[in-house]
Amino acid sequence: MSRIADAVNAPFAPVRAYFRKHRSFGIFVGVVLLSIALPLLTRVPPFDGIQSTNAWVNAFTTAAIYAMLAMGLNVVIGFAGLLDLGYAAFFALGGYTYAFVASPFTGVHLPFWPMLLAGGVVGAIFGVLLGAPTLRLRGDYLAIVTLGFGEIVPITLMNADKFTDGVNGIGGIDKPNIPGILQFTLTNPWPMYGLVIALFSLIMIMIYRLEDSRLGRTWDAIREDELAAESSGVNIVIAKLQAFAVGASIAGIVGVVNAAKITIVTPDQFRFAVSISALAAVVLGGMGNTIGVATGAFIIYLFQSILLKQLNTLVENFNIPVLNQIDFLDFQYVLYGIVLVLMMLKRPQGIFPARRRMREFAPLKIGKRGLK
Amino acid sequence: MATASVTSSTAGRLLGNLRLPLSILAFLGLALGALGIDQFVNAMTLGAIYALVALGYTMVYGIIELINFAHGDVFMVGSFVAMFISSSLLGNEGSITNVPLLAVSVLLLFALTISVMALLGALIERLAYRPLRRAPKLAPLITAIGVSFILQNVIQFFFGPTIVTVPQLVPIEWSIQVSGSRVPLLNLFVIATSVILMVALQLFISRTRTGRAMRTTSMDRDASSLMGVDINRTIMITFLIGSGLAGAAGVVHGLYYGNTTFGLGFQSGLKAFTAAVLGGIGNTAGAALGGFLIAFVEVGASAFGYGRWGGAIVFSLLVIFLVFRPTGLLGSHTGDRA
Amino acid sequence: MSAAKGGPMLRARGVTRKFGGLIAVNSVDFEIPRGSISAIIGPNGAGKTTFFNVIAGIYAPTAGTIELDGKPLISPPTGAGREPILLILPTIPFIALAIYSLLVVGGDTGLVEGVASVAAALLGFVGALLLNIIRPAWYNRLIKRIGVTRPARPNDMVVAGLARTFQNIRLYKSLTTLENILVGMHVHMHGSFLGALFKSRLVREEEAAAEQRARELLAFVDLAGMENELAKNLPYGKQRLLEIARAIASRPKLLLLDEPAAGMNPRETEEMTALIRRIRDELGITILLIEHDMRVVMGISDHITVLDHGEKIAEGLPKAIRTNPKVIEAYLGRGAAAGH
Repeated sequence: MSRIADAVNAPFAPVRAYFRKHRSFGIFVGVVLLSIALPLLTRVPPFDGIQSTNAWVNAFTTAAIYAMLAMGLNVVIGFAGLLDLGYAAFFALGGYTYAFVASPFTGVHLPFWPMLLAGGVVGAIFGVLLGAPTLRLRGDYLAIVTLGFGEIVPITLMNADKFTDGVNGIGGIDKPNIPGILQFTLTNPWPMYGLVIALFSLIMIMIYRLEDSRLGRTWDAIREDELAAESSGVNIVIAKLQAFAVGASIAGIVGVVNAAKITIVTPDQFRFAVSISALAAVVLGGMGNTIGVATGAFIIYLFQSILLKQLNTLVENFNIPVLNQIDFLDFQYVLYGIVLVLMMLKRPQGIFPARRRMREFAPLKIGKRGLK
Repeated sequence: MATASVTSSTAGRLLGNLRLPLSILAFLGLALGALGIDQFVNAMTLGAIYALVALGYTMVYGIIELINFAHGDVFMVGSFVAMFISSSLLGNEGSITNVPLLAVSVLLLFALTISVMALLGALIERLAYRPLRRAPKLAPLITAIGVSFILQNVIQFFFGPTIVTVPQLVPIEWSIQVSGSRVPLLNLFVIATSVILMVALQLFISRTRTGRAMRTTSMDRDASSLMGVDINRTIMITFLIGSGLAGAAGVVHGLYYGNTTFGLGFQSGLKAFTAAVLGGIGNTAGAALGGFLIAFVEVGASAFGYGRWGGAIVFSLLVIFLVFRPTGLLGSHTGDRA
Repeated sequence: MSAAKGGPMLRARGVTRKFGGLIAVNSVDFEIPRGSISAIIGPNGAGKTTFFNVIAGIYAPTAGTIELDGKPLISPPTGAGREPILLILPTIPFIALAIYSLLVVGGDTGLVEGVASVAAALLGFVGALLLNIIRPAWYNRLIKRIGVTRPARPNDMVVAGLARTFQNIRLYKSLTTLENILVGMHVHMHGSFLGALFKSRLVREEEAAAEQRARELLAFVDLAGMENELAKNLPYGKQRLLEIARAIASRPKLLLLDEPAAGMNPRETEEMTALIRRIRDELGITILLIEHDMRVVMGISDHITVLDHGEKIAEGLPKAIRTNPKVIEAYLGRGAAAGH
């Protein structure tokens, strides 16, 4: 059986070897191919019956945003082993930062593209701010403190009316238009799709590089044995702060993009449920595995937005008695809870266990995997 | 789960033992003066509720070092169960003025709700936490979050996302006069219930064999099991009691506020957990103290016009205590785990 | 970069460590000759591990100082009471600004100015908090001027040229042997964060050189060929070797070995002894070990110090220690000493 598999795979071996050496390019190519294939797939039944291609593309864009959040949170939880339950706060801060400087609310209108960077910087600053007090705390206390911060931020955003228009949020946010070249409208989802896909591949590439870098190794060491790491010369404080900063800056950048896409930010968009949904994606996909958590996010998002909706239509069409009365979309949040509980009980390493975690179960083998 | 501290001289010991009650009395006096009777009574009532919920958090953390995220939602489910029982089963829509009938109804309500909630808590422990007892600490924490979410959204599914009214069996008009202010008997009832339950708990823990088992298991699980303590049963009883108390808190919440909502557990749960941390996690006396303290902070904040920031203030307290004084005010009592 | 060529590698003066009322280490004076293999021995509970951990930076000494290679390394933390001032002080100018704008300028102060000054005060406080947590070197030097010295942390020791192994082996279990060693080398690697993101030449070259050196270290401890083995899959003896390789990776001047021969059979013990000698002879690293196995101690130590009940009771050459009545009494009791 494996000989057949080897024979089938053989012609692809040089391709795989090439992409293993030029991994960043490989990621880019892979993402581009996927982002072309998916919309094409939606033209085919049964997918074309569910919603229009434009609606699908919009859904993919949102799914990609969600996946980027999951990848960012994965850096904090999966790489550095710090359970951050308040991740939505950085997402919120990125979105509000852009909203402040690109909407009729303040009257200031700064361009989008440099604000992407600014969102990252704001995220990094708050990542350090919120991470610093947690540094000497144990795992569960650390989680609670991050949760506390995750709550303080939306409460503040909601109550600081003068600056954030409270519950109403800030609307009318500028689109990233480049006059003459790029127009983002509400009806055409493709420019935003392209923007998000480009950002997605960039972030994924950067994360992979980080994982294989000295910092990634440091995070592994801290996760395995903090005391030993310190005695090896690792500066735990700096390394943990870097983890928070990187994770938070990703959320900040994604927050800016999200604000530009939805054109409005309200405190309600950044509640605890958002942090948990990112956590569910990480847990489902596989802690520490970048592609895994992105896939996990994709699965969850598409499940909750498409499948549940389809269940509704199905049940309606077939007029199934009791189930008829249920709006399956209400089950969105229950879904997160179920994912968390089931995965922890049955498969805590996730659907796609991280390379390293997988090696924990691998038999004694001397391979040729060097370092990248 | 609370042990006495030892100081050297007799005078020192006397003073040491009096220090805490004296500071509590001083604090209460100050609060009374600052808030006035009405708000003071409000704070005490709210504190009574928080204390009951905080006890569950602190007991569970003391015995298995797990922050039972779902505990606040057990409290919330308790309030819904109480609402369901009193409006559907007891057929009540409003208050009951017939005292014997009132007493019977309330007792029935408590008995049923507490039992159901105790069972729910034990069930959660059995299904979601026990399998992960040897897993790294983060696993049951994540599971607890999942359970919390499931509970919230199941309730939201059945009862809707808005505020749900609860029959207030105890008439809110009944009151007594205290130096010019009207103090509703309902408040006193809540406070009394809470105090009675807390005293009962304290007696249980210190006098009964099971209570002793709970204390030793939280100090050293392996040694206790070697001495013949049934760990699984002890932990289950801890959850039974903690969740039962949360159920009682749920009943009391409904009777007092006349309403409840699916999000009650999250907000109040976190505040009750803060109370447990403030008092000293694992320390039941600390949980009670913390509950009242947090209530005073909240009521004080709204008395001075910062009601909307109440949540942020409490969470800030949580962060401050966890970072600067994780053992809490009265010291924490958890096992020595390296 | 050694300050005194020829002086002792480590000099501990009056080192004391108390845990509450228990005095674990009591005013120990101790020197490790440069280039020697020194040992600390003593019956269980003598305070050897505590003393070891003080040198390694895990515990701060209650009293006493430690110098490494002529330079001060560890001293008791001071000025702890002044720490809150460090937090409040930087915010004072901002608080003054806030008060000024709110009171003096008074009603003319717009909400924005008021909030801005309060925000500035908060920022000052937060900045101070961060400095206190991150503790950059320049900040530590600054606060030393007002009499505040912080306890040293283990990673500071490594930067200063010290490395250690653990009694119960603390390897990074799910990392490969190569990766374990690489972590040890991080102290001397300087590729930046941005460099890692953009795969700069500095980073690539540094990583390649590090990998090369890591392989050499593996070969040095006789683990060549096991580069991609997970650390936890190694047999016990090899795990000990790996931990030593990781410790050497940071190019220490002084290597602390905590019971390196524990749990080893005679053949492995011999190999360990030979390795320790080679580390000193070929790499020029001074070695201090705690050990219970007397064959190892007597076999390779140039200099032995004996602790009992937290105090130094004897020191000198192995031969002298072996026959020292105080030492015998400490291990075997008064009767045995009398019998000799």
